[in-house]
Amino acid sequence: MPQLNEIIRKTSLAPGIVRFDLHCPDIASHAKPGQFVVVRRDEVAERIPLTIADFDAAAGTIVLIIQEAGLSTKKLCGLERGERVTDVLGPLGQPSEIENYGTVVCVGGGVGAAPMYPITKALKAAGNRVHSILGARSKDLLILEEETRRVSDELHVCTDDGSSGTRGFVSGKLAELIASGVKIDRVWAIGPGVMMRAVCDVTRPGGIPTVVSLNTLMVDGTGMCGGCRITVGGKVKFVCVDGPEFDGHQVEFGELLKRSRMYADRESRADRDHACRLGLKT
Amino acid sequence: MSDSRKTGRVDMPRQPASVRVRNFDEVALGYSEEDARREAGRCIQCKNPLCVQGCPVDIDIPRFILQIREGDEAGAAATLKLKNSLPAVCGRVCPQEEQCEKLCILGKKGQPVAIGRLERYAADRETAAGQGSRPGPAGSRPAVTRPSMASPTGRSVAVIGAGPSGLAAAGELAKLGHRVTVFEALHKPGGVLVYGIPEFRLPKAIVEQECDFIRSLGVEIRCNYVIGRSGTVDELLRTGFDAVFVGTGAGLPYFMNIPGENLNGVYSSNEFLTRVNLMKAYRFPEYDTPVHVGRNVAVIGGGNVAMDAARCSLRLGAETVHLVYRRGREQLPAREEEIENAFEEGVRPVFLTVPVEILGDENGWVKGLECIRMELGEPDASGRQKPVPVAGSNHILEADTVIMAIGQGPNPLLTLTTPDLKLNKWGYIVADEATGQTSKKGVFAGGDIVTGAATVILAMGAGKKAAMAIHKYLQQDRP
Ligand SMILES: Cc1cc2nc3c(=O)[nH]c(=O)nc-3n(C[C@H](O)[C@H](O)[C@H](O)COP(=O)(O)OP(=O)(O)OC[C@H]3O[C@@H](n4cnc5c(N)ncnc54)[C@H](O)[C@@H]3O)c2cc1C
Ligand SMILES: Cc1cc2nc3c(=O)[nH]c(=O)nc-3n(C[C@H](O)[C@H](O)[C@H](O)COP(=O)(O)OP(=O)(O)OC[C@H]3O[C@@H](n4cnc5c(N)ncnc54)[C@H](O)[C@@H]3O)c2cc1C
Ligand code: SF4
Ligand code: SF4
Ligand code: FES
Repeated sequence: MPQLNEIIRKTSLAPGIVRFDLHCPDIASHAKPGQFVVVRRDEVAERIPLTIADFDAAAGTIVLIIQEAGLSTKKLCGLERGERVTDVLGPLGQPSEIENYGTVVCVGGGVGAAPMYPITKALKAAGNRVHSILGARSKDLLILEEETRRVSDELHVCTDDGSSGTRGFVSGKLAELIASGVKIDRVWAIGPGVMMRAVCDVTRPGGIPTVVSLNTLMVDGTGMCGGCRITVGGKVKFVCVDGPEFDGHQVEFGELLKRSRMYADRESRADRDHACRLGLKT
Repeated sequence: MSDSRKTGRVDMPRQPASVRVRNFDEVALGYSEEDARREAGRCIQCKNPLCVQGCPVDIDIPRFILQIREGDEAGAAATLKLKNSLPAVCGRVCPQEEQCEKLCILGKKGQPVAIGRLERYAADRETAAGQGSRPGPAGSRPAVTRPSMASPTGRSVAVIGAGPSGLAAAGELAKLGHRVTVFEALHKPGGVLVYGIPEFRLPKAIVEQECDFIRSLGVEIRCNYVIGRSGTVDELLRTGFDAVFVGTGAGLPYFMNIPGENLNGVYSSNEFLTRVNLMKAYRFPEYDTPVHVGRNVAVIGGGNVAMDAARCSLRLGAETVHLVYRRGREQLPAREEEIENAFEEGVRPVFLTVPVEILGDENGWVKGLECIRMELGEPDASGRQKPVPVAGSNHILEADTVIMAIGQGPNPLLTLTTPDLKLNKWGYIVADEATGQTSKKGVFAGGDIVTGAATVILAMGAGKKAAMAIHKYLQQDRP
């Protein structure tokens, strides 16, 4: 029997992107698409939010897909099978509103493909006609292509350098789709802030409802600190409890992008110190 | 002895201000044995002790003080623990000047007996005796006094929230023979005692030791479990718990809703203090969590929370820390001792002032506060003079970090998923004052989630009362 929060499988999906299957039976049995967990790797680690990329209540497992961004994600990705993540809290946030909308487009950019996947799966199961658009910088960074294909009616792939699928950004692909006359009832977009903003710019003129999943900085994930606050429709929302999904046309992306850089300097300092301690850099 | 009664209370040694603003070690160092006996000797052992009326949990104050005077420290600790399971905490953080010490008879003519300091002394000595070393909290083991335990009843109670109210309820229920599981959202138990109140006021080792003590009574504390998400109250009642105590506190941060509040460098006091205390950002980069403290910090508010945020900022290297408060010195709601400590350390008060806008630079960082001055007008419903704005008094206060410490409300995560729990208009749970009984059968509540932000001792008292009521309920409600 695995221990609580034990890594029962570790898979490398792409350079700097790791998949963990974790033994978290209580979270697996309560999770819904769109929700996330807050993890703390060890006693000195930060608490960081990560989407539940898949879950299996019967097996008691949840899947996390983690991209090495800075210190915390790098250290986390260094854990091996059989080791435990010290703390995993969840499921947090509001589940996605899954219904049969008709035709939906699910846009996953970079590691955003991971949180996009369970939602895509659920939308398909609810009877929607699903177009998926996956984007990455290049072919080797593309993740979950096969999994996403299985739960989509159509899959479109784009890469910045053209090494797989069409060359270009996901927002461009979406604009093409709209221009081609496909009637789209709803769009989901998950990825970097700039990508989600670009998608919203594309869907705004036609008034296509667009759901985005915001990746703000977080501490507790339970509505206690207010660090994840962001302005949506002129009102201050706490992403961890009111979101993470919001009407993309109402989100102040400028504020989101600025706020996510709040610790950029300090974090890189911790990262550097950590690397020094490990003897990686001098 | 009579001399010392006249000369006033025995001082408690503290780290000098210039030293302590450079560290996070405890400010107040506690009484020595001699100090404690001398201070205990000032108590005139009133037949009808008024001090006890000021203590929300009715500690037999003259008795424990007499025990200290007679050198029976274990006895003093036992007397305290009869009514208060967290004496090492309360001796440090109770607003004594508003409670026990306010009513002490000696206070009529001179200085009241230093009841809080003596309480702290007795609790620390007991801990020290338990580990056979010098007094002091570091690395302490569970306390020596083992309470008597009732035989197991076979009934189970879920306690939600591991703050003072939940811990007190859990401890009492365990002593009464019930099986208790505490569910806590954060990764460490203690509530505000671990995430809010800084190390230099309440060493975390003390909180840990109190939690270990509660565990030693057979209580299971499950961290990383948020009711309302990881499970619900109804689920707990369905899956084998016979009753539930809700002690989830008032953890929702309030903002002022003024322009600029989402600029980088603006914190809620909760976020700032959580980063510093729970996540130990003051030991960054040894700990990974960062906190941003600029050169000029402005803390908005005047309570304990504001003082704690201001004093943490100084310790983290801020050059100036302004405490912006809308009323005057006399109205500051923080504990007197902490106000004095804060000002001595260099926190600069800006009274009768309210920010109306936070100003930012082109990169989205705070650069200042636009404020207006206030004057005190007519007394309001609470009897306090209401501050009113002075027209045309707008001015700018330079700041690159702003911490909002203007109060907290009830977190709705649990209550939203428990629809049959009656709330008042502010979202606090409606519960009977004497029993903690809520509108939902088998569900009791206490502490800040019922009263709104209050004090550690009141939250503990509510947890204890509810434990007794739950015990009664479980006896009547046999399956
Ligand atoms: C609800 C939610 C779900 C998430 N799900 C996933 C997931 O499934 N997989 C995954 O890999 N990541 C996910 N993230 C993002 C992840 O939490 C961050 O990458 C992580 O906290 C970064 O920590 P770090 O110490 O490794 O990097 P840092 O050193 O903190 O950051 C490195 C760089 O990235 C920037 N950055 C940090 N956090 C963010 C952010 N949230 N958005 C944009 N830029 C940021 C920093 O400013 C810095 O420049 C999610 C975030 C949220 C809020
Ligand atoms: C910075 C600060 C300084 C203070 N200083 C003093 C002082 O000097 N003296 C004094 O007497 N009082 C002080 N107080 C007030 C005092 O700390 C509180 O009144 C007291 O802690 C309330 O206790 P509680 O048990 O009701 O709630 P809390 O201490 O708030 O504990 C509630 C716990 O419940 C958990 N929780 C919340 N929701 C859920 C959920 N849905 N599921 C699971 N767990 C949940 C929280 O994570 C938390 O651990 C201070 C408060 C603050 C914030
Ligand atoms: S618990 Fe608080 S109020 Fe009661 S005696 Fe101790 S310090 Fe005074
Ligand atoms: S009122 Fe003061 S002097 Fe009297 S018993 Fe209490 S502490 Fe002692
Ligand atoms: S992360 Fe703290 S309130 Fe959202």
